[in-house]
Amino acid sequence: MKKSRILSLAMAGALCIGLLAGCGSSNDSGDAQSPAPATGSPEVSGTPAGDTTASTSGAAFKLGGTGPLTGAASIYGLAAQHGAEIAVEEINAMGGIQFELRYEDDVHDAEKAVNAYNTLKDWGMQISLGSVTSKPGEATSVYNYQDRIFALTPSASSTAVIEGKDNVFQMCFTDPNQGMASAQYIAEQKLGSKISIIWKNDDVYSKGIRDTFVAEAETRGLEIVYEGTFADGNDTDFNVQLTESQKAGADLIFLPMYYTPASLILSQANAMGYAPKFFGVDGMDGILTLDGFDTALAEGVMLLTPFNADAEDEATQSFVTKYQEKYGDIPNQFAADAYDCVYAYKLALETAGCTPDMTAEEICNKLIEVFPTITLTGLTGDGAGITWDSTGAVSKSPKGMVIQSGAYVGM
Amino acid sequence: MTFLSYLITGISLGSVYAIIALGYTMVYGIAKMLNFAHGDVIMVGAYICFFTMSRLGELFEPGSLGAMVVPPLAGTILAMVVCTVLGVVIERLAYKPLRQATSLAVLITAIGMSYFLQNAAQLLWTSNPKIFSSVVGTGKVELFGGQLGISHVTIVTIVACVVIMIGLTLFTGKTKMGKAMRACSEDKGAAQLMGINVNTTISVTFAIGSALAAIAGVLLCSAYTTLMPTTGSMPGIKAFTAAVFGGIGSIPGALLGGVLLGIIETFAKAYISTQISDAIVFAVLIVVLLVKPAGLLGKIMPEKV
Amino acid sequence: MKALNKTSRSNFLTYAGVIIVFVVLQAVMAGGGLSSMLKGQLVPICAYVVMAVSLNLTVGVLGELSLGHAGFMSVGAFSGVVAAVSLQDAIPFVPLRLGLAMVVGAIIAGVAGFLIGIPVLRLKGDYLAIVTLAFGEIIKSIINNLYVGLDGRGLHFSFLSDTLELEEGGRTVIGGPMGVSGNMPISTFTAGFILVLITLFVVFNLVNSRSGRAIMAVRDNRIAAESVGINITKYKLMAFVTSAALAGAAGTLFAMNYSTVVANKFDFNTSILILVFVVLGGLGNMWGSIIAAAALTILPEALRQFSEYRMLVYAIVLILVMLATNNPQLRAFFAGIGAKLRGRRGKDSQGEGEASHE
Repeated sequence: MKKSRILSLAMAGALCIGLLAGCGSSNDSGDAQSPAPATGSPEVSGTPAGDTTASTSGAAFKLGGTGPLTGAASIYGLAAQHGAEIAVEEINAMGGIQFELRYEDDVHDAEKAVNAYNTLKDWGMQISLGSVTSKPGEATSVYNYQDRIFALTPSASSTAVIEGKDNVFQMCFTDPNQGMASAQYIAEQKLGSKISIIWKNDDVYSKGIRDTFVAEAETRGLEIVYEGTFADGNDTDFNVQLTESQKAGADLIFLPMYYTPASLILSQANAMGYAPKFFGVDGMDGILTLDGFDTALAEGVMLLTPFNADAEDEATQSFVTKYQEKYGDIPNQFAADAYDCVYAYKLALETAGCTPDMTAEEICNKLIEVFPTITLTGLTGDGAGITWDSTGAVSKSPKGMVIQSGAYVGM
Repeated sequence: MTFLSYLITGISLGSVYAIIALGYTMVYGIAKMLNFAHGDVIMVGAYICFFTMSRLGELFEPGSLGAMVVPPLAGTILAMVVCTVLGVVIERLAYKPLRQATSLAVLITAIGMSYFLQNAAQLLWTSNPKIFSSVVGTGKVELFGGQLGISHVTIVTIVACVVIMIGLTLFTGKTKMGKAMRACSEDKGAAQLMGINVNTTISVTFAIGSALAAIAGVLLCSAYTTLMPTTGSMPGIKAFTAAVFGGIGSIPGALLGGVLLGIIETFAKAYISTQISDAIVFAVLIVVLLVKPAGLLGKIMPEKV
Repeated sequence: MKALNKTSRSNFLTYAGVIIVFVVLQAVMAGGGLSSMLKGQLVPICAYVVMAVSLNLTVGVLGELSLGHAGFMSVGAFSGVVAAVSLQDAIPFVPLRLGLAMVVGAIIAGVAGFLIGIPVLRLKGDYLAIVTLAFGEIIKSIINNLYVGLDGRGLHFSFLSDTLELEEGGRTVIGGPMGVSGNMPISTFTAGFILVLITLFVVFNLVNSRSGRAIMAVRDNRIAAESVGINITKYKLMAFVTSAALAGAAGTLFAMNYSTVVANKFDFNTSILILVFVVLGGLGNMWGSIIAAAALTILPEALRQFSEYRMLVYAIVLILVMLATNNPQLRAFFAGIGAKLRGRRGKDSQGEGEASHE
């Protein structure tokens, strides 16, 4: 017994030494291997992005972001990372402004997000893509503010992310914005009068949308007949919530949640033979591309989303094709938002006349001035263009979509 | 009528917990270790079945009898084979060297194994959820003129649970290997002295437990159709709770515990609050354990002085 | 040194080790030699060290497996944040406010530990473990539905739905599933260091006191302990509540280091993570817990160079370390070295007792 203790101490010590060695080397190797676009695609072969010299010569802006790349939430983080990678690849191939992109894993956790942010800071990040999800985004945006590193987050949608921080901007709608828009849409289009809401009780995103939806529904005379919740570990069986909705006579179910639980709700409602209208938010986007999902289940589901992978326009088509070639999936709105973020940076940096040899703070000050003045025609702008106000909130119109025969159709 | 329909929902949820709990309790009863990787073996089984079904499904005409029977059956059997091998390999590599170590050391190794399987699955199969198509179709049996419906998956799960429970009870009670298992669970040293190969016995236990995990994975994903690398972990913990609830180590206890847990969870959601249903489930568990400290059907081992 | 007995000496070395590490780190930091990544981890490491040492009191010294230790951290975190926000105007001096918040966190977590300990400690082994897991989940579920607001009239509480109806200028401190938002991070490495020292002081004094010996007697043989007149419930509760209170203080330290905290952070996985620190560091071995907590907190960060294989490598390292530390040959090898060292140092042996967890 005593021996095991000596041994464990020795092992722990060995581990520590290994760690310190790892820490020492991680900076160098981080530089060497970090440029994500250097994946052998012919487009980037002409650029120096894969080269260690690129990071030291000041030829490229160092762009960093954190997101869940492992764990249960990793679909969102990986999508954002992939979307940003494609944009960086395209921009670098064009010549002109060059980016060096590095994404770090935050496992959808505030503590790990701060660690990831600090790793990026050590790497020399000049501009930031914030965090992909809301709670980690709140934690890192405080440091973005303190360290004066400009951030444009693709998808951290809670208001606390940008509140009181002059240099943190969002590419996505804020949660209250979506709740409000959804209630307005339902009332204006007279989609339903008795509404049931099923939301995720341990999720900031879901709760944020639900709160403003309820408030707005009240002022617009929509009756909320039932509210059911679920949480992590309790997110597979929705029979109770659906039966109660049916009993309460709901003719529309509002689903402020991501598409994975939504797909279960749709299939369980179908199995029950209950067919109300379903109304989702941007988290619902992606449901049609789920591997093996019977799209007939989603027939008639409505959602507000900034992005539509089936859109006919050339920009979307080329993005979707590239994404599919490279990663084998169809991109969702997280990927599209991150893609737009990188292009927004390109536009803003060009407008502001920033160069990669400037410090993060200099860039930050210029970007704060420039961002409220630019208009980006992005994938998620619905043609009308994307603008920002000085608080960091985005202004773009959500697209109302309805699913018909397995595809989005504008409402 | 809503009451009955909630009862059915509860039983179908509970039967899924029960089938996972059977595997848990089997391994715990014999090897005396909490195999936290069990939930992740379930996930692996479900993935194997998913891929087999989608590959084989292309070979058959949609809607034909062959398409309805062959791919699900082949998928389930292949999943069982792969999981059995996986379970035995895990046992050999990670748990066997710790036979003499404290049970906590084994517990931590099992947790490491669980992380390993989850992350390996994410790298292999990405974190995008897959939609599992039920192995027994999506039909249901209607009662009372269609007012109540019991899905085929529920019926199959319950039948599978009962069959497995009876099978395991007979196996541990009647066969030579089963007796060896019980002997090992009581006293490994004495069993060895009686000429029982303890290592083989424990390997066989893991093989059976993992094959059960594969079946559980297929049925879990047939009932709740999203499949992700983390699919197994929460049902794993719930099933562990169910196994303790019924008396860990007791095979009928696992079935009872699982079904009760499902019913309590559903009723708590329906009649109290969806927001705190988990808290209610765990509170009931605590109360039961305080009244019956070894679970509902567990044996209380008197302490020897 | 000769005057000190062996346990005092081992404890003294632990204190000295912690102080030296602190001084060295401060010096390196002053010289700017510490990366932001490591600097950012100092406070969470302190919190995890306190968590590990306090859990070691339950698992190693008391000998009861707890799978819900993060629940106490959660109670401490949220009550500490409420205290800190409430005192924001009354006490402008930040270290004092942080200290008071930690005391509040510790007291409330201690009370929770007491309430939970009374029923839980009647159970044994894996049943006790599952009940602690259940309490951890219940705490998480409750805090996910708890709303606390602060306005001119004082604190307001509501459960399940947000019915706080705060006055103008009021502030929601805990917003149910949204947790704490927009908190001002005030934890510092120095505060963390002091908390670690206090924790060690409390734990060592408890373990080496008459009560501590009673606790270990209960662990080693409950029936024998009972037969010599030791009040089992009392001593079990003493260890359990101390452990919970220390975890509460660690929770406050942790929560006050970030602008946001959610109840889901303190879930089953966090409890397990802390248990891993304890087991890896050695049951009953506080110094081991400290090293393991620090090393395993840095490990996933140091593995970032493996990018997507990071957590896979972490899992493999964890399994290999467990296998290696429990491997008879390796053990014998290290025992040989240990014996030689002991031979040179005379009849020195290891500190306090070792838990046997069969």
